[in-house]
Amino acid sequence: MANLTDKIKISDRLAGAAAWLVHQFFRLFEIPLSFIQRIVGVRGMPWIFLLPNLAFFGLFVVIPLFINFAFSFTGGTDLFLSDRVYTGTEQYGFLLDCETFGDPITCREDRFWKGLYNTATFTVFQVTFLVLFSMITALILNREIRGRGFFRAVFFFPVLLSPVVVALIWKWILLRDGILNAFLVSVGLDKILFFVSPEWSMFWAVFVSIWAHMGFYTLILLAGLQAIPPDLYEAAEMDGTSKERVFWRITLPLLWPNLLVVVVLALIKGVQIFDEVFVLTGGGPGTATQFIVQYIYNTGFTEPVRNFGLASAASIVLGLVLFVLTITQLAATRARDNG
Amino acid sequence: MTINLKALLTVTSVAAALMASSALAQTELRMMWYNDGSEGEVMQTILDRFEADNPDITVVLDVVPYKAVLESLPIQLAAGAGPDLARVTDLGGLSEYYLDLTPYVSDTEYWETSFGPFLDWLAPDSDRISGFMTQLTVTGPYVNKTLFEQAEVTMPGDGATWDDWATAVVIVADKLDIPIPMAWDRSGHRVAGPAIAMGAKMFDADGNPALVDDGLKKMAQRLYDWHQDGTMSKELWGSVSGSTYLGANEDFANGQVVFYMSGSWQIPQFANKIGDAFDWWAVPAPCGDAACTGMPGGAALVALQDTKYPEEVGKLMDFLAQEENLAEFYGKTLFIPGHLGLATGGVEFATDDPRAKHALETFSAAVPTISQTAFDLQGYKNNRVMFNALISRLNEAIVGELTLEQAYTRMEEDVANQLAELNR
Repeated sequence: MANLTDKIKISDRLAGAAAWLVHQFFRLFEIPLSFIQRIVGVRGMPWIFLLPNLAFFGLFVVIPLFINFAFSFTGGTDLFLSDRVYTGTEQYGFLLDCETFGDPITCREDRFWKGLYNTATFTVFQVTFLVLFSMITALILNREIRGRGFFRAVFFFPVLLSPVVVALIWKWILLRDGILNAFLVSVGLDKILFFVSPEWSMFWAVFVSIWAHMGFYTLILLAGLQAIPPDLYEAAEMDGTSKERVFWRITLPLLWPNLLVVVVLALIKGVQIFDEVFVLTGGGPGTATQFIVQYIYNTGFTEPVRNFGLASAASIVLGLVLFVLTITQLAATRARDNG
Repeated sequence: MTINLKALLTVTSVAAALMASSALAQTELRMMWYNDGSEGEVMQTILDRFEADNPDITVVLDVVPYKAVLESLPIQLAAGAGPDLARVTDLGGLSEYYLDLTPYVSDTEYWETSFGPFLDWLAPDSDRISGFMTQLTVTGPYVNKTLFEQAEVTMPGDGATWDDWATAVVIVADKLDIPIPMAWDRSGHRVAGPAIAMGAKMFDADGNPALVDDGLKKMAQRLYDWHQDGTMSKELWGSVSGSTYLGANEDFANGQVVFYMSGSWQIPQFANKIGDAFDWWAVPAPCGDAACTGMPGGAALVALQDTKYPEEVGKLMDFLAQEENLAEFYGKTLFIPGHLGLATGGVEFATDDPRAKHALETFSAAVPTISQTAFDLQGYKNNRVMFNALISRLNEAIVGELTLEQAYTRMEEDVANQLAELNR
């Protein structure tokens, strides 16, 4: 008994010491913060706390954004803005010069338009199936199934991998002498040169991207599903409501905010697709899986004549697309919130 | 007290020695380097000797992937943040960033006599001395001779045309069920030699770039047809986009390719990787209607103008360019010498491999047969603009996105657009 009392005393003392240390640590900030508060007032304090983030955001996002915008009105190959030639809207004119917008070959900068169409195709398929599969997986993992924790970890695991690792793993599987072709041969089928066919290349680009990111979106939806009050399901069960009706009338409406977040995030990530596909297919065959970000990268950095102006103009166009998507998302959210 | 004084003296002496050595080792030179084979190790042994002779200079060999030399180095140089020296292959394209070593080398006449024509590749618009060739390369094919013997097909001999080779390799591949009869590096530089062999002129009468003509069309049509009929696998050229470089060296080393169009730089790698697993045989450049030629090229070690230590860089370059050092470098790396004295006098190559020796002889013998157009194209500082337009658009035709005629039009437009951007 005495031993137990001693132990409690020791733990109390340790906790007291820790609290004292924490208190002293925060007291270090008290003097400068009080001084700042005297200067900016209580209303100004939130801005002080936001300042580090704002500075970081400004330095690495806003300033480069303005520099990029300025670059899009210049030409030549000089790196520094002050050395570059002002060209007005020439770069935009070059990008948007098309006889028929539906046919990239009639455009002066055909690769930009191919990249745009490929990105649109990829995004439509990737987002649709990504949301669908994430939803199904979340619904299954939300049930009381055996090994639920294990399966949750399995589905989330690819999210932890670097995009380059993901692409290299799948490349080894899909190459002429890869595992998948070895399997096809072992069951008496012919090898398929996946990366030679535009359709197969696009299919695998979409598939691998879904495989790599599904876990993240599943997690968001799973959190949404777990936030739905169980009473509603119990009430529905007592009323003898069918499972389909429960899904359409309870689950889906209450999951809608999470679903909207998932769709918008997937759309934005889809439009920005680059690294995985770049390593997996290199944009080929031809330009079949060359997306808009790869076009920007190639134009600005891999061509012997580094056309920073054109690359910047293309990235502004991409930025506008993303802006429209974000506005649409905001409008959809507001419309829903307003009933 | 005596002991204390001794201790004080000892400590002071050690501190003074340390300070002196740190004062001596003040200059650190950084050399960006990429490896095809073991040349980095060979260069390091030579640098170790230089450092032993010059304790005040340290040279750090930064070994990077070749892609970094192609894509990152130009950005670093444009930003004024490049290394002191670099091993480059875009010889003329980066010339604006090279340091003129003329005031810093001890004997400019030696440099001009030893590296004369190659100095022009490095400085197309001036008479500067900027570096030396770490290797002279010649493009040309390798053949898996063992497969020819197994298939009992006679290898086409000297003077054989591209069509002769295409026919022969398909027979061999069919007989032995080899997946890729013919493979080429995915590079405009590799296509340029055979195109010139078919009669491509590459420049107009005024010396301006003129990529598309009948000669180029003849070779492009063949490459297109070979991809459609399976002589060449679409997997190599078709599986990526733009001007991305891809080599078939791994496939060739694995016995999956009968005929591989690449160049002399593969010799050390094949000697190491293939060894005597099969007879890999370099053959003379196949002929076209106009010539039997490959493309010259190579890599050069250049001094860069961003350096803060031009004198030390000059001292290092003087040391590395000495005939005995270069003889050691070329001999151990199995590279064709880019030093005229060594090219004439011969280099003792450190190999007993008969295939490597034969390949070195074949490529060395090819140098005098290289067409003047090929030398002119190699010396043209914006040649990569032409190479990239050629390979990327031809590839789009091969995979069916463009017709060949559309590809030719796009090639010309790409070259014109890029040169216009360059000349703003």
